[in-house]
Amino acid sequence: MMNIPLNIVSTVHDWLFSIMPEGVATVTEWIIVAALYLALFAVIGLYLVLLERKVAAWFQLRLGPNRVGPWGIFQTIADALKLVSKEIYNPARVDGFLFKIAPYFVIVGALISMSVFPFSKQFQAFDINIGIFFLFSVSSIGVIGILLGGWASNNKFALIGAMRSGLQTISYELSVGLSLLTMVLLAGSLQLSEIIEVQRTGGWLILQGHIPAIIAFMIFMIAGTAETNRAPFDLVEAESELGAGFHTEYSGMQFAYFFLAEFINMFIISSIAVVLFFGGWLSPFGITEGITWFPEFLWFFIKVLIIIFLMMWFRWTFPRLRVDQLLTLEWKYLLPLNLVNLVIMAVVIWLNWTF
Amino acid sequence: MTDQKVKTKMKTEEYFVNMGPQHPAAHGVLRLLLTIDGEIIKNVEPDLGYIHRSIEKMCERDSYQQIVHLTDRMDYLSSHINNEAVCLTVEKGLEIEVSDRVKVIRTIIGELTRLASHQLWWGVMGMDLGALTTYFYAFRDRELINDIFEETCGARLTMNYFVPGGLMYDIHPNFVKRTKEFIAHFKTKLPEYDRLLTGNVIFEKRTKGVGMLTKEDAIAFGATGPVARGSGFASDIRKKDPYSAYDKVDFKEALFTEGDSYARYKVRIMEMWESMSIIDQLIDNIPEGNIKEPTKAVIKLPKGEFYQRVETARGELGVYINSTGTKNPYRVKFRSPGFSNLSVLNHISKGVKIADLVATMASFDFVIPDIDR
Repeated sequence: MMNIPLNIVSTVHDWLFSIMPEGVATVTEWIIVAALYLALFAVIGLYLVLLERKVAAWFQLRLGPNRVGPWGIFQTIADALKLVSKEIYNPARVDGFLFKIAPYFVIVGALISMSVFPFSKQFQAFDINIGIFFLFSVSSIGVIGILLGGWASNNKFALIGAMRSGLQTISYELSVGLSLLTMVLLAGSLQLSEIIEVQRTGGWLILQGHIPAIIAFMIFMIAGTAETNRAPFDLVEAESELGAGFHTEYSGMQFAYFFLAEFINMFIISSIAVVLFFGGWLSPFGITEGITWFPEFLWFFIKVLIIIFLMMWFRWTFPRLRVDQLLTLEWKYLLPLNLVNLVIMAVVIWLNWTF
Repeated sequence: MTDQKVKTKMKTEEYFVNMGPQHPAAHGVLRLLLTIDGEIIKNVEPDLGYIHRSIEKMCERDSYQQIVHLTDRMDYLSSHINNEAVCLTVEKGLEIEVSDRVKVIRTIIGELTRLASHQLWWGVMGMDLGALTTYFYAFRDRELINDIFEETCGARLTMNYFVPGGLMYDIHPNFVKRTKEFIAHFKTKLPEYDRLLTGNVIFEKRTKGVGMLTKEDAIAFGATGPVARGSGFASDIRKKDPYSAYDKVDFKEALFTEGDSYARYKVRIMEMWESMSIIDQLIDNIPEGNIKEPTKAVIKLPKGEFYQRVETARGELGVYINSTGTKNPYRVKFRSPGFSNLSVLNHISKGVKIADLVATMASFDFVIPDIDR
């Protein structure tokens, strides 16, 4: 099945290799792909910010951004331009090196994990056989940036925020990992493209795995929201308690990196959910299965947007948890439930009770 | 390694944080000096003076009509009720009995003020706990009350509608109609408040058992208003020492005995229902009568001391005027509810988490210019 994206990719690939030596061509291709991905994530990040502001406005009886461009579509671009042109200000007595490097940890961690997602059959930067494991490990880089930023800021509120972030991420990574493990057990592979292929014949994994899969999905959504430090788990930047939390002292583009990383992380969590529970780029009930020209990545993005909307819904509805309640929820409820759920899933697969 | 060695190696320190004067949870320029051990608060020391405008001293300079205008700037969310307190004190001194019409209008407007204040508190309480949407729901309904006020007295925040002897002018012809419309509207919207926040499991966890204030402590620290009533101390001046038309209406005093932030929350929600019931009883039959009893252009209170207390949205506001018989008071003292309520904070916040302090402060409903006159 020749698809349009594949066509373009292979044309560019052949052209590059025909005009330059092999080594140079490979490096050039890497750079092109990386630049494309960076551009894609910048656009995704900016437009998720706009979406969040619009969704918040709908929930809060407001209009939201509507001045810059129709429906305010250029608002976040204007905001980004403002942030780019702003001075990067270093407050007195910060730990300069760590202070400057912290935002890059956060944004790089977010960007690397994007590279393994299969947006469609051909639209995937690299398809490694330990996809889920890779995702899981690189997405934890972000917390280092938050910890460094909070520590280096020489601000007590930032430090409290960073410490909260540390314990929150360390705790909830267990739940994210275990709920993913439950689904990996069902899919039988760590490779993301394999996981989607399994769903092509057997139906979406959330239907295949029925009860344990639904439990795993719920746990994953709770833990995923906590991983991205979003309300009701936004203790890290709880503005009514800590001002702005770990990024209190940041301004300009450094702040923008933290800000964008939050939205890209939200995209990542939703993408993992889509791949593992809702069939990735597969169309619901195979309605566009036979249509070769249909851009399959649309299905991926539609599903991701629905889950992102769910996360925004959480944010604009729930109050924030307290730090000890956050830990109680994880260690006393989610983790035991998750372990039991893993066993249930194993039994379900062993007895062949899957759909 | 023995325990002793671990102890000497692992050393934690208490540290000191300035919460305020510019801090999102302080709702103004309240500075809290926090001593924190990790997340746990060891000591809270409020530091006042950032918005001190020496209102009491300025009162000694001004005539009695002018004093009323200064009181708007104390608790700006119950400005009508503050005005009423001064007017009642001056009327007491002059031995003027205002007409029933004035009494009823003052009561209705006072209750509308209480509703508006509690709406704002509800929005901000949600916001302090991280539920940002409540703020906008509250403002949707509060705008309607402000519109009613604006139509009648031209102002939305600093009202100056009550004067010693009565009202500045009569209510707007639309007042009754729009107030009724508002009450009908808000009776459908207040259950929405409950659906959004009250029953939420996170909200209950964050407020139940947080900021416990016993009845004895509430009395000892002089706490009044919803803070005291959440601890079971019946302190409603409208019941105990009725003024204006409160002796003619039938309402329940909101009283809960748990003493935690959730109880204070429920007190205010119940007070909103009671305020609507009070307005319902009065709005249909506002009696005819004089809008303003005649007073001299320059009011001179007889020699002596005069005191009147009212129930603002935050608690008991007392106005003490010491007159030497001249056109200015010799000394004016406001007993503001916020100041006494704030003094409780240190007592009940030791050993709680930072987030609990924010929740407690939200349930106390501080207006800083009221604390720091």
